[in-house]
Amino acid sequence: MGRILRILIGLGIVGAAAFWVMTAPESLSEDSISGLEPNVTNGETVFYAAGCASCHAAPNATGEDKLVLAGGQKFPSPFGTFVAPNISPSEAGIGGWSTIDLVNAVKLGVSPDGAHYFSAFPYTSYGRAELKDLVDLKAFLDTLPADSTPNQPHDVSFPFNIRRSLGGWKLLFGGTGWVMADDALSPELERGRYLVEALGHCGECHTPRNALGGLDRARWMGGAPDPSGKGRVPNITSAALTWSPEDVAYYLESGFTPEFDSAGGHMAHVIENTAKLSPEDRAAIAAYLQAIPAVSKAAE
Amino acid sequence: MFTKPKLIAAIASATIAAGTAFAGGHNASPEQQAAKARQAQMNLYGYNLGVLGAMAKGEAEFNADIAKGSAANLVALASMNQATYWPAGSDNASIEGTRALPAIWEKSDEVFGYANALIEAATALEAASGDLDGVRAALGGVGKACGDCHKAFRAPR
Repeated sequence: MGRILRILIGLGIVGAAAFWVMTAPESLSEDSISGLEPNVTNGETVFYAAGCASCHAAPNATGEDKLVLAGGQKFPSPFGTFVAPNISPSEAGIGGWSTIDLVNAVKLGVSPDGAHYFSAFPYTSYGRAELKDLVDLKAFLDTLPADSTPNQPHDVSFPFNIRRSLGGWKLLFGGTGWVMADDALSPELERGRYLVEALGHCGECHTPRNALGGLDRARWMGGAPDPSGKGRVPNITSAALTWSPEDVAYYLESGFTPEFDSAGGHMAHVIENTAKLSPEDRAAIAAYLQAIPAVSKAAE
Repeated sequence: MFTKPKLIAAIASATIAAGTAFAGGHNASPEQQAAKARQAQMNLYGYNLGVLGAMAKGEAEFNADIAKGSAANLVALASMNQATYWPAGSDNASIEGTRALPAIWEKSDEVFGYANALIEAATALEAASGDLDGVRAALGGVGKACGDCHKAFRAPR
């Protein structure tokens, strides 16, 4: 009860009239991407690194069907059940979108008609993505099959269904600064940071959240309750994950742990994507995970 | 305290129980014994995959005979009759000590499909076990078969 009350009070504060102006969705203009020539091949890498299909493919899609981004998968959360929308290049999806529409959706969580998206869409991570990569992503998405499945409404109750309140949420948690805030990273660590913190959005599940659903950066990658309510998403800092970098890279390639158990649950979806990255990218992710501060088991 | 005839009877019945389900502890229910058998099967997959994986990762020198033998073991294991491994009521909502989700029993056709996919992937691995690159590539197929089933049918820890 105390937790719910805290959430309500928190939302009351951020939703207050004084914040009305500050909560208005802001978006980037065409000028911000002028001169960026789309590269479909890099767009495909961005697509897999960002794991788009894991949520936007139809429920239980496998193989080639994973490239049909018809939407429809349901994501239960403490705030309600979100349904992934159609993002295939059809009228039911993003067929009518310009490149800047996609950039604003992915980077800022703002729809083409200027509304906030719910943060089940991990735009607080994608906000760190480079504009060039998102221009390339749009070009790749346009090559995928069109599908006419209509979008389903989210099942989110009051007060979380007030989209304007997401503006306040973004003010609180939408910071796009790096968690590993170090200007002198090696090229490999810099790439690993980009893949983990921006495109891979690993922290969205592996980092615990506060009562308002914001990520607790002090316990970055320290493990969290599974969003389904059953089990835990593991701590993947060096305090708990004692695998070698080679073991981590091989897991991301094959799905096999060092004990040759296999990835399951949502992580099996993630492996389908990381298996398609280059060996250098998988090694960069492993290097980043070794470099982040350990979150002790006691602090989980 | 047992009287002598009762003790003999108790030992006899325990022996019979152990004979019918050797893997189970004294107090394990038939469902728990089945779950243990499944986990023993999974451990044997993991052991044989570990032999091949050590070669794939470069931790062990490639040996075609060992690779072929381990891959053949995987084919044999995947082909075993598991009819008695999965009794009703041995899911994670019914008993302790398993992560097998009730969906396994609700969508058994899908599960059989994944079981067959594992046989195919293991057979392809055996066929490719003559050289290291073949093992590396074919292990990916086996990993996918494992992951496809664990994705939907195994609970998180």
